[in-house]
Amino acid sequence: MKCLRICPTQALRVRHGKATLLGDRCIDCGECVRVCPNHAFVPQTSSLSDFSGFKYTIALPSPVFYSQFGKDVKPSTILGALKAIGFDDAYDVACASESVSIAIQEYLDKNETPRPLISPFCPTIVRLIQIRYPNLLDNLIPIESPMEIAAREAKREKMQQLGLTEHEIGAIYLAPCPSKMIALKNPPRKKHSFLDGVMPISDVYPSLIRALAHSEQTNGKPDIRGLGLGWPIVGGQVASLKAEDSIAIAGLSDVMRVFDEIENGRMKDIQYIECHSCPTACVGGSFNVENPYMARGRVLRLVEKFGQEPCQDRQKIRDLYQKSFFSLVGRIAPSPVQPLDEDLSRGIQKMHRRHQTYEMLPKIDCGACGAPTCMTFAEDVVKGDVEADECVFLAMKSFESISTNLLEVVGKHSKKVRGNIAR
Amino acid sequence: MKRVTHVPYSQLFEIEGKGFLHAGKVSSDIKAMLKELGIDADIVRRVAIACYEAEMNVVMYARVATVVLELTPKTIKIVVDDQGPGIPDVNQAMQEGYSTATPEMRELGFGAGMGLPNIKKNSDEFRIHSTVGKGTRLEIIINVN
Repeated sequence: MKCLRICPTQALRVRHGKATLLGDRCIDCGECVRVCPNHAFVPQTSSLSDFSGFKYTIALPSPVFYSQFGKDVKPSTILGALKAIGFDDAYDVACASESVSIAIQEYLDKNETPRPLISPFCPTIVRLIQIRYPNLLDNLIPIESPMEIAAREAKREKMQQLGLTEHEIGAIYLAPCPSKMIALKNPPRKKHSFLDGVMPISDVYPSLIRALAHSEQTNGKPDIRGLGLGWPIVGGQVASLKAEDSIAIAGLSDVMRVFDEIENGRMKDIQYIECHSCPTACVGGSFNVENPYMARGRVLRLVEKFGQEPCQDRQKIRDLYQKSFFSLVGRIAPSPVQPLDEDLSRGIQKMHRRHQTYEMLPKIDCGACGAPTCMTFAEDVVKGDVEADECVFLAMKSFESISTNLLEVVGKHSKKVRGNIAR
Repeated sequence: MKRVTHVPYSQLFEIEGKGFLHAGKVSSDIKAMLKELGIDADIVRRVAIACYEAEMNVVMYARVATVVLELTPKTIKIVVDDQGPGIPDVNQAMQEGYSTATPEMRELGFGAGMGLPNIKKNSDEFRIHSTVGKGTRLEIIINVN
């Protein structure tokens, strides 16, 4: 029942001992995966053997990956160890994050409206906007994600070096959360992806720890550097921008409050909003092994050590930006929650009945009925999914009135019987 | 929440003046309801802006107000009735850029003198009636189709 309460969009119901998901409301945040003690929610992940069909495999670890190991383990060592556990190569994504930061800056400088622009890199945030804030779809900045850019570049390099075709190379993202995986399977924009699969960081972790113990090898490249290393923590994107009046928000309830304000016509003087579904941003993803606060500390240390020296030539990235290297084309379609009724007047009637039902309920959101709140239960009653007496409080009330009647009858009867005996 | 029954759906909300902590709650609730009904996103946006501006006027100037939402399949009507200082010159208040906001209100990003004109701009029908020393009543109507 923990999942019921944690779901930010009230998409879950637990009935007859089973959890069901209302797919039109789910934003893929993965909170239910995190809290379920019975592991009832299993994200569909891939394993290394799923990629045996490729001639060459490249691991692309999320920059979060660098924060999952001891403080003395360098990013380049981690990339090297990935090669030891079965990938043919490992490619850094933090550097692509830096390129994307430069591209965002260019976009901000060249486009005056709309404002504020919203970061599109947390797939849960994009889903949330599709479902609840369709008015803000145009505020999503149309810039490609670092993982896509990195995959495209990695494949291009290897195709040239090894004379392979794109489809012979498998690019596998090592993800901090399930939402990245779902976004790859079910992209909000219909487009070609250079990524072929996603593996959870937690799945790669055990073998990587062993590989790290055996070898202190690096993959030969100079150490990973640049402000992209800071992307996994709250404020990491904003810190890599020059734009003043940019802010970072993390945690869905705060994100929704800010989105409400933007819809109300406020915050137009804010340039860019970095948005994360997880309160601690990507270091808080449910596929991570290290706790978010330790991981955050390590990210900060990495930025301090390697962050100041850029990994990209800014002018080169600007030129690429001009050539639409980072552009996302195509509009993301809204995906609104199923309305109360297809017909507006029937919908209004249902809303009325929902309110009446709600007024009879205890309004304490106990969850015993299997709906997360009394309001969602009232809605399920109006939709005909459940009967009102499935609420224990309503059931108790009717039991009370039945038993009062029963007691009255019994009382009358026993008086009569006692009278008979006395006679 | 009290209920009135002479229209298909109506709901009464209350706003407290100076209640900055809950400012925006009523417009958020109304917006959520309209989204649940599947009402067009652009109409929801206009209702949200008009309602929010009206709500903020109450929070900033009045003592207390009621907001009545009336929903029919054709129109969304919002009546905001406040008890407050009233507006001495309504025509002046309706002009863009005219504002009586205090420095504190401006600090919070209000007081650009866009409130009332913005409400009107986003409404299909707009009526305002104010009595100095008593309060102001706004009627906002936005057509669904």
